[in-house]
Amino acid sequence: MSDKIKIEYSIVMNWIKDESSILDLGCGDGELLSLLVQQKKVRAQGIELDEQAIYKCVERGISVFHEDLDNGLKGYADKSFDYVVLYQSLQQIKKPDIILRDAINVGRKVIVGIPNFAYYKARAQIFFKGIVPVTTSLPYEWYNTPNLHFLSISDFINYCKNKGFKIEKSIFIGEKSIIKIFPNLFALTGIFLISK
Amino acid sequence: MDKKQSDNLIPKNNVGITETKYFTFAEPPNELVLDSGEKLGPITLAYETYGKLNEDKSNAILCEHALSGDAHAAGYHKGDKNPGWWDTMIGPGKAFDTDKNYIICSNVIGGCRGSTGPSSINPKTNKPYGMEFPIITIKDMVNAQRYLIDHLGIKKLLTVVGGSMGGMQTLQWIVSYPDRVCSGIPIATTAKHSSQQIAFNEVERQAVMSDPNWQDGNYYGESAPIRGLAVARMIGHITYMSDKSMAEKFGRRSKENKTIFKFDPDFEVEGYLHYRGDSFVKRFDANTYLYITKALDYFDIAGDKQLYEVFKNVKAELLIIAFKSDWLYPAYQSREIVKACKLAGVDATYCEIDSTYGHDAFLLEIEQETNLIKHFLEHVYSGRKK
Repeated sequence: MSDKIKIEYSIVMNWIKDESSILDLGCGDGELLSLLVQQKKVRAQGIELDEQAIYKCVERGISVFHEDLDNGLKGYADKSFDYVVLYQSLQQIKKPDIILRDAINVGRKVIVGIPNFAYYKARAQIFFKGIVPVTTSLPYEWYNTPNLHFLSISDFINYCKNKGFKIEKSIFIGEKSIIKIFPNLFALTGIFLISK
Repeated sequence: MDKKQSDNLIPKNNVGITETKYFTFAEPPNELVLDSGEKLGPITLAYETYGKLNEDKSNAILCEHALSGDAHAAGYHKGDKNPGWWDTMIGPGKAFDTDKNYIICSNVIGGCRGSTGPSSINPKTNKPYGMEFPIITIKDMVNAQRYLIDHLGIKKLLTVVGGSMGGMQTLQWIVSYPDRVCSGIPIATTAKHSSQQIAFNEVERQAVMSDPNWQDGNYYGESAPIRGLAVARMIGHITYMSDKSMAEKFGRRSKENKTIFKFDPDFEVEGYLHYRGDSFVKRFDANTYLYITKALDYFDIAGDKQLYEVFKNVKAELLIIAFKSDWLYPAYQSREIVKACKLAGVDATYCEIDSTYGHDAFLLEIEQETNLIKHFLEHVYSGRKK
């Protein structure tokens, strides 16, 4: 686990109350959920598309549904979970606005982690080199990226404003530390705790 | 093959020589009241067990067989060349680890492999039941098994598992006896039989019933309707495979390597189906085939209710497994179960294994199933011990 991910996980961990219920959309191999189960005694459920990642989740004892979020977040009643987590997955979903709308209904609160496309190094790569940026939080080349949508921290804040979602908490992370000044320029990642 | 030979052939990670045991209950006047309201008794269940029941009886796993299966799930019967039907999954170090768990597999009621069914003697007439045997349902199969589990002194099963019809019994267990199971593993199954599934079963039943030897089910002691039953089994086998798995296994290859322009089974796939049909009739009773396919067709665990409503009482944790190429029990049916889990708040995991084997995958995708089941059971067992 890299230092950056460690910082990001610890932020999410701090926000989540003990013994709460969590739905992690695009939970990958279940690393975050498994930490939450161990340290916060949460009731965890993941949703993941990749079959190999499902095996890893089961290995960790994490309950997971093998589903494609592009088909929507179906089946859950409103307020089924205390938190719905979209950590580094929102930008990979075909219709992020629909998933976010569902997530905010299914969860009392939603935690969203996004890579910042407006990071200064990304801006520099576009401006000076004229290439699609590759950064720590956007590590892929144009031809192999799973990301379908590119957004900045400002984009997400504006989006929440327009939709009437309340940003209860937000933290911005750079290469190794938390960014407090000009996050849209200096942060690689933004993590938000939002509610309706 | 004599005993010695078969003993030598037994691989190391195998449960070895196994024997079928029998348990009889529901002696009149305490017959089992069936779903239909009719009474049946006495009832014998054939069953096998593998591994050892631990002291607090917390390591018992009930393994449910599919339409044509039986109690012989693992190991070898004396002198047999082939092991039980899920030998790849049950044994030392396997998914259902006999070093840790006590595994029970019982033949269903209505069966023909040692359990009471249409070929058994009706004590009232001293003749085989034939079509006098009452209609049985998946719920009846499970209710009967509960007597066996009581008899074995097990209060709560660590898990109930099964594929296809075994999966239906698994679902029935977790719904009917929520306090008797810690977890369930329904594989390649459905919460209710679809129109297409009923349709295939009806064609298969018609194949049996249109065989002149069937004689309204009164063929015992005479020639059995083996032609009809073989055709039924051939249809069944088509539905168990996928277009791709058939293409891979047989292609358009013919036995003679040339077109013979006759109606003999010259294509390999034809030979395979004939072989499957012919070997099936040696071990299976035609009336049982009718009764069990009917039990499958009647299966609709929620009935007039929504599935999530009947799942509200479920306490078991579920591992639901489906296979991408299974068109007989398509993955959408498993996703319906998942949906009900979500709404009812049942703790569950769902995996759709990318297999090309069709419905047969539950007997063949051993590596993936083992991977999932082994870890799932460890997790359930440690949860139970907390």
